[in-house]
Amino acid sequence: MKQRSLKQRDYDWHPQALSPDYKSSILRSPTQPLLRVDGLASELDGPAFSPDVIGPLDHNLIQNYAAALGSNGEAIGPRIIVHGRVVDENNRAVPDTLVEVWQANAGGRYRHINEGYIAPLDENFGGCGRCMTDENGCYRFLTVQPGAYPFPNGPNTWRPAHIHFSVFGTAFAQRLITQMYFEGDPLIQHCAILNAIADPKAVQALIGRLDMETSVPMDCLAYRFDIVLRGEGSTPFENRMEGN
Amino acid sequence: MLKETPSQTAGPYVHIGCIPQYSGIDGIYPNDPGCALPADAQGTLIRLGGKIFDGNHDVVKDALVELWQRDGDGDKGIWLRQPTDLSNGFYQFDTVMPAAVLGAPHICLWIVARGINLGLHTRVYFPDEPKNEHDPVLTSAGKRRDTLISTRPDPEEDESDIGFPVYRFDIRLQGERETVFLNV
Repeated sequence: MKQRSLKQRDYDWHPQALSPDYKSSILRSPTQPLLRVDGLASELDGPAFSPDVIGPLDHNLIQNYAAALGSNGEAIGPRIIVHGRVVDENNRAVPDTLVEVWQANAGGRYRHINEGYIAPLDENFGGCGRCMTDENGCYRFLTVQPGAYPFPNGPNTWRPAHIHFSVFGTAFAQRLITQMYFEGDPLIQHCAILNAIADPKAVQALIGRLDMETSVPMDCLAYRFDIVLRGEGSTPFENRMEGN
Repeated sequence: MLKETPSQTAGPYVHIGCIPQYSGIDGIYPNDPGCALPADAQGTLIRLGGKIFDGNHDVVKDALVELWQRDGDGDKGIWLRQPTDLSNGFYQFDTVMPAAVLGAPHICLWIVARGINLGLHTRVYFPDEPKNEHDPVLTSAGKRRDTLISTRPDPEEDESDIGFPVYRFDIRLQGERETVFLNV
């Protein structure tokens, strides 16, 4: 297994663990500082996935749920391509890494036992997909644009339309779950979860951009969302002399 | 230099994307990724499980826990993924005792859930393990090191019941005996 080092994570760039306006964070945020682990660590390796596990419709959320039920039905909603490139902080492509997504349907309803929103389920939409990045770090999904939905955070709080992303990289310490939002969505500025991020530039990094070049005429629009994972840093000196 | 993409919470419906069959979405994938120990993993079978508690001592029932470790020979990495059960909050992995590589034998865990804005890394160590004394992470955890060491509540019952050891590892997100989480 490869051992290397990663650049220190910038915790101020990420949403703060305790973000009181996002109520669920109040009782689920650690209060003690994280314990810094220097040097070689087990978390600098991680799982690798074989492209063989990916089925031909895994990336296609418009068709994959119905197909699993033996039908050729398609999900209802605005058809979109969501694509982008996974790179590290050194702008090196992250090839052959697993990207997983999940989302609500076009009405803002998730297919989940704990979900209670009044918008109806779509019989042809499951809401999950996955693919591997290619040799250039590129990924691509076909889906429907998810709807906004209310969530029990305040008297009238709504989530902007978003797609959840899970990305692996090559080290467990690079593991990342995040959400992509949609350019121009007026709910973005009202979102307590997104506003747990202090730096407006970091918020911008989570907004997928309308990409007319990739859109398909008379078929679907496209959004581009690039993802940056932690990059390799300099090798730490295990036996560095004091004072150096 | 680019900046890392900021994290966002996995939310309460993380199961849909990560373990769809657990959430009732059958057939898109042949099985939930990380749901079973790879057949070629070497070592002594163990069961690792526990609950996650919030600052109110309430059980967190909508978390996803990922595991990364060496197998018993130390050659192969094992990655697994399990939910905290949606009804009782218990998470459970059937895995193998890891070899002692880069410190005392340990299992890396990563926890995501609604309300957790950035996934939390922690580690599970084992009780009565002499190498614990010199493990760098346990040593730097100081007075809080016990939050990283699993327990073996009922050895006799494990052996008669399932035939292999059961280790318990509860995770406390905040408050008294808050688990040590890692900046790694």
